[in-house]
Amino acid sequence: MSKPFAITLNIGSSLANHTGSWRTDRPVYVNRMPPCNNACPAGEDVQGWLYEGESGNYEQSWRNLVRDNPFPAIMGRICYHPCQTACNRADVDEAVGINSVERFLGDQAIDKGWQFVAPIEKSGRRILVVGSGPSGLSAAYHMAMKGHEVVIRESAAEPGGMMRYGIPAYRLPREVLDAEISRLVNIGIRIECNTKVENPESAMKEGFDAVFLAIGAHLGKRAYIPAGDTVRILDAVSVLHMTAEGEPPLLGRRVVVYGGGNTALDAARTAKRLGAYEAIVVYRRTKEKMPAHESELKEALDEGIIMRWLSTIAWVNSGEVTIEKMELDGDGKPQPTGVFESLQADSVILALGQDVDLSIVEGIDGITINDGVIEVNEFLMTGRDGIFAGGDAVPGERTATNAIGHGKHAARAINSWLDGQTFVHAPRPELASFDRLNTWYYSDAPKKVRSKLDAARRAETFAEVVQGLDEATALFEARRCLSCGNCFGCDNCFGVCPDNAVIKLENGKYEINLDYCKGCGICANECPCGAIDMVPERS
Amino acid sequence: MSTPLKFYQVGSFAVGNRLLGDEQLSVQSRSDRTNSLTSGHRACQGCGEALGARYVMDAAMAATDGKVIAVNATGCLEVFSTPYPETSWRLPWMHSLFGNAAPVATGVAFALKAQGRSDIRVVAQGGDGGTVDIGFGPLSGMFERNDDVLYVCYDNEAYMNTGVQRSGATPPAARTNTTHAVGENPGASFTQGKNLPKIAMAHGIPYVATASVSDLHDLEEKVTKAMSMHGARYLHVLVPCPLGWGTKSEETIKLARLATESGLFPIYEAENGVITETKKIRKQVPVDEYLQIQKRFAHLFGPKGNPEIVKAIQAIADRNIAEYELLGERQ
Repeated sequence: MSKPFAITLNIGSSLANHTGSWRTDRPVYVNRMPPCNNACPAGEDVQGWLYEGESGNYEQSWRNLVRDNPFPAIMGRICYHPCQTACNRADVDEAVGINSVERFLGDQAIDKGWQFVAPIEKSGRRILVVGSGPSGLSAAYHMAMKGHEVVIRESAAEPGGMMRYGIPAYRLPREVLDAEISRLVNIGIRIECNTKVENPESAMKEGFDAVFLAIGAHLGKRAYIPAGDTVRILDAVSVLHMTAEGEPPLLGRRVVVYGGGNTALDAARTAKRLGAYEAIVVYRRTKEKMPAHESELKEALDEGIIMRWLSTIAWVNSGEVTIEKMELDGDGKPQPTGVFESLQADSVILALGQDVDLSIVEGIDGITINDGVIEVNEFLMTGRDGIFAGGDAVPGERTATNAIGHGKHAARAINSWLDGQTFVHAPRPELASFDRLNTWYYSDAPKKVRSKLDAARRAETFAEVVQGLDEATALFEARRCLSCGNCFGCDNCFGVCPDNAVIKLENGKYEINLDYCKGCGICANECPCGAIDMVPERS
Repeated sequence: MSTPLKFYQVGSFAVGNRLLGDEQLSVQSRSDRTNSLTSGHRACQGCGEALGARYVMDAAMAATDGKVIAVNATGCLEVFSTPYPETSWRLPWMHSLFGNAAPVATGVAFALKAQGRSDIRVVAQGGDGGTVDIGFGPLSGMFERNDDVLYVCYDNEAYMNTGVQRSGATPPAARTNTTHAVGENPGASFTQGKNLPKIAMAHGIPYVATASVSDLHDLEEKVTKAMSMHGARYLHVLVPCPLGWGTKSEETIKLARLATESGLFPIYEAENGVITETKKIRKQVPVDEYLQIQKRFAHLFGPKGNPEIVKAIQAIADRNIAEYELLGERQ
């Protein structure tokens, strides 16, 4: 071939030069544990379902969500969202409103009639669940999705447990509860109401392979208070239960509630709605030490509930409650001061916690009780082979979300146990902590706030207080997710590589071209969500 | 292009997003981008210039339907991309001497004109040495004659290819192999410097802009705009150099970002000698944050450091912030 003057070689592309041989570290795509997922007691893959929601594919988003938690419409209303407390976005502007997006998805599912798809092939196993609260329903759902035949026996007239008889309708409308429970019935779970199980061992003889006790904690704790007989003293659990059944107790015009948990606030707010013009919550410690959630307290104060901090009830007599002022000692414990004060009251509601009705496990060999709750091992199995327990009846935080997590965990443990195996948790990936993010790439976008029913109007009715998001705001909120530790397809690695060594794949993912990657690490450094690690090459 | 989707999880700042439509994608996020400067080039790990050159040329190719001829000055970009007989360029590309990229480009533009090929556009490019020092006179001539060329300077603030010697664009106090960190005034001297974007503006040419590898959308927008115009145009792109600056290879883009966020490298554009837009600082940082991670400024920090010089550099940043109005609401 003839060449111009002084030219001796054919021109070639630099592609012949494999610069990958320079590399000492290689980029590797990883999936880390987002803090929201890590914090969720129900084990939801929050980042995963938000990812689907971001593209407007709400049904897929909902389906990803219900793989772990069958009650998004319920939880979108009553969950205390530890996911949002853990959210990395709080360090950028505000946490993502995960809970409101969850509710939006749950409401969409009810609107559109989305249903679960249970496996056609049945396992042939029969499981008895005692109690239809959040842990019982959750366990039943997860076991039904494994093909087991599940029967729930419920002593009350309707299913739902504390979700129906403990949580007031202004926080959880009953049609939402009914809609999400009916979805479980539609996949073949049988719920037998008004059926109290006296002895799980004899029930097992009916042909059940395993039993899950989800009996909850429905007995209001009592405290001895010297009292005359002109003031009614009730417990909060009963007040809420009776109200839920449509037969609210007569509380009078002035109500004093004793306690500092969410139940105390629920009782006080319910009393207002039942016609009390004054509802006072007496709590022995300070606002900071109060176990009730901040949002609940704020809503209660908005509705005119009066708080008496650092006070105990000393005695009750003829329309009057005498409270004693307390002060905190060096250890932060309240101590009496000897200073007394009187409050007018027609009734006193005690909200001092709940006990488990343990009669069901009395006399069963192997089952032990400790501190008023049923002892279980790490697989939620009691001392009696085949009998598992979860929810409020076992040690742990008493929230509906935690109970749902128990249900899922118990279902998996029961599956393994039925197969003669031990359930092993999948190893948890490393946490996607804030310092791994490159937040430069996220633009500022403050949270959308859910509107609330006007305080003055809501204190008289049981209408739902917190309203939902519309589609546009739910989508906006979903898109505020930083996708911590998991690739969300932003093309940054593909764009910032000085060596064109990142390949964009058809499926929206990326791959490193190791022939040319020099291992500079820019892709890892500029990845917004920290989903690329630099790993040393083997020498 | 700035995406209109301001509040997506990555807003307008990441290269792309899976949720964007085709027409909203940046050139660099397209799987069919030209890759004008393709793999296998011999630039160091984390080279800012290699990245900047691909950003610019891909955008120019996208804006002209792939009809670009490039003329290259001598420098790193030429050496690492085209060690004979290999080349990384995937467009017609021409190299002559260190100082004459601008007049060669002028010649190419006139030759095309003579052939009646108004569809083919010419881009000249070089480093800061070839632009602000060696090729300065010819470049000024190209400006003054308003020749139909876009000249792009990739500024890495010294002669890197020959072993890090000071150039007219080397910042004050920076250590190079010709400005050692010794004596009373260590590193490069505090002189006026040679602000080429301003000098270009003084020629009153149709378009002058600065950009950096840390803001791809802004850079692509400016190249696209420049390619839509005729006459002499000048684009000055800040491209950090891990070797010459003594920085970690993975921090190239971060450095460019800190340079603009501290105010040391203002981003703006000007038409006919008048500034028409400046990019506001998003999250202002003190110059320390930028300087401290560079070995060429290591002598300013630590027990034997020189806080007075850091203050003087901060004063430069503050002067830029005031002059170019870099603070305030972003559009």
